[in-house]
Amino acid sequence: MAETKVLERKPLSLAERSNLPQIVSGLKTTVSHMFRKKVTLQYPEVRPTLPEGYRGVPTLVHDPHGREKCVSCQLCEFVCPPKAIRITPGEIDPEAETAHVEKAPKEFEIDMLRCIYCGLCEEVCPEEAIFLQDVYSMTGYSREEMVNNKEKLYELGGTLPDHHYKWDKKRAAEDAAKARGYAHS
Amino acid sequence: MAETNGSDTVTVYIDDEPVVVPKGITMIEAAEHVGKEIPHYCYHQKLSVVGNCRMCLVELGWPMKDRATGEPILEEDGSPKIGWGGKPGIACNQPVAEGIRMRTDSDLVRDCRHGVMEFLLVNHPLDCPICDQAGECKLQEYATEYGRGYSRFIEEKNPKPKRTVLGPRVILDDERCILCSRCVRFMQEIPGDDVLGFIDHGSYSTLTCYPGRELDSNYSLNTVDICPVGALTSRDFRFQMRVWFLKPVDSICTESSVGANTQVWAREGKIYRITPRQNDAVNDTWMTDSGRDLYKQVEAEDRLTTPFVRGIEATPVQALRETERLLRPSERVAVVASTHSSVEEQYFLRRIADRTGAQRYAVRHWGEEDGLLLSADRTPNTRGALLTGLLDELPKPDLRELGAAIDRGEIDTVLCIHEDPLACGLTVEQVRKVAWVRMATHASPADEHAFIALPSLTVFERSGTFINQQFRLQKFRAVVPGPAGLLTDLQQLASLNSLLEDGPVASVQPDHAWKELSAEPGPFAGLRFRTLPSEGVALDPGEHARHPFPERQSLKYEADSFLASLPAATTAS
Repeated sequence: MAETKVLERKPLSLAERSNLPQIVSGLKTTVSHMFRKKVTLQYPEVRPTLPEGYRGVPTLVHDPHGREKCVSCQLCEFVCPPKAIRITPGEIDPEAETAHVEKAPKEFEIDMLRCIYCGLCEEVCPEEAIFLQDVYSMTGYSREEMVNNKEKLYELGGTLPDHHYKWDKKRAAEDAAKARGYAHS
Repeated sequence: MAETNGSDTVTVYIDDEPVVVPKGITMIEAAEHVGKEIPHYCYHQKLSVVGNCRMCLVELGWPMKDRATGEPILEEDGSPKIGWGGKPGIACNQPVAEGIRMRTDSDLVRDCRHGVMEFLLVNHPLDCPICDQAGECKLQEYATEYGRGYSRFIEEKNPKPKRTVLGPRVILDDERCILCSRCVRFMQEIPGDDVLGFIDHGSYSTLTCYPGRELDSNYSLNTVDICPVGALTSRDFRFQMRVWFLKPVDSICTESSVGANTQVWAREGKIYRITPRQNDAVNDTWMTDSGRDLYKQVEAEDRLTTPFVRGIEATPVQALRETERLLRPSERVAVVASTHSSVEEQYFLRRIADRTGAQRYAVRHWGEEDGLLLSADRTPNTRGALLTGLLDELPKPDLRELGAAIDRGEIDTVLCIHEDPLACGLTVEQVRKVAWVRMATHASPADEHAFIALPSLTVFERSGTFINQQFRLQKFRAVVPGPAGLLTDLQQLASLNSLLEDGPVASVQPDHAWKELSAEPGPFAGLRFRTLPSEGVALDPGEHARHPFPERQSLKYEADSFLASLPAATTAS
């Protein structure tokens, strides 16, 4: 059987009853913070500086020559853990400037209600076309608004530097070969 | 294991493991017997051997013999002394022989594969992100498995034409071609249309069509299937969907009574392509181009998606009850059976016809046969209609006999499966004169004169079995779901039968039908849908083999020798 133990309550001292020591010690903390570095921001007027490698909203980018880099290989769609990405592949018009790339997305949708900002799409992309950049605030009034389509993704992505110009090099080699008539001449 | 065997087999040693294999095969096939894959590009099971890719290089050794006496030379421990070839040989062109040895994983073999892969990749473009073959590409697979893992090539790759149109259905990307010549050999050896060939030398070699010709054979898409890389691509499937998203389901081609085994590749309820599935008794590894287009019927504009009763929309169940109300009291019923229906559907239609005492009609759909995989009977299941007892003779060219019977007033209700009455010799007046119930997948002009329209599902949306020209029972499975709310043909016919029999209406799958089918004596006895092997089962046609079928010859069927091969009891009578 549990035994009930009655604890005796001691009467409060004068200092305790006046509450003054507590108020003073609280104010000490408050005042000390007034002279420290601020940890809050006046968001949204003031925006934070994002660290390098920050994973914001996934976006599609153009290369400095204005070519859309995505070739709709659909690897990001495959790797995406929450299945947020949906690509409709398409063929580039044979008459177009970038016809030698042959493939580009007809439609590219990322459902930001599903996206978990994991960055696997950026990691898997063989064409360096998708990047999680510095956009972190996605809002909308409906579910549809929260799905970024191709146009929106390119608008968010902008242009990023290219280190390879793989397709430009390929085009140059192809043009040179064509000028030689391939090997048939 | 014994060194001496019966006359039909030999013992070979693969990586020191003795393996008994049939005579006449090659070492690459012997390795397959024990589940060992020797990498290869140009070798194809169903084509001649050229041995030009060199990917299957292995070390080969033979038991040595004394040249003077012909006596085997033995090691000190009494085992036969093996003479290993001085250099590696190709496994695809080495016939099996008694005691022959093969090393498939030695340092030398690995070196050979590194070398071959390196040469193949020298001029191969970095196209994987845009290449349709990615995901099922032998070059990708072998580069990972047998390649060196890094490139020493710093020169410029050799550019070649990228979008050569070879024919109405095939596009060639020359840069990706590894010159294995499978496509050339296929066109020579299977359709016998020697239209493809290589021109130019060395790294300039190019696949091309004979001048003035194009790759327009009805078998051209098989070259795309057997292309180990992404050089030949299908114009229909090109850039549509990456293969790793697609799920293949075993199916049967409904183009003709050949019943080519297929795989239908779909993603999320949408079909993207049809490829052949190997069945050495029916279609080897091939199928027609025209058969690959059939999936387009699923999303056709004119699909029937709503049941109609006297022009008013109804639910499938209401429409079936209305049909029952028509059929039950009538003494003058006719059924128009379809040889497009599956065996199970035909079985239930037969029971409906038996119960209502219906006259039975059917229309044949015959065309010219090409001697390969397109037979004269352009429906998949004429034999099924005969074996289930639905029909006792071959379908007629048209429905004029039914028309005459309607004109004579002998018919007042017609249950018509799949056929379009107006295209089969009936007039609008004849259709309007009776209560016409049409069960079909697609709309027809006759529908506005029909009493009841029962939408049904295409072969890609239902499961069942067909019996091909060789009386081979083969099963197909649903690939995609049908339009929302619709019942399968089997469900509709089984439910209608239950209604007429005052029995319970329940969900019916092919296996339920087979429970009843297999209980009847006859060719189906003991068979079940679930346990039917994927390559099918040859049935005993009995008397039915003697109908005057239109098929003469196809890849694996020859009418006269087929009849001769049947048990004597069948043909003698």
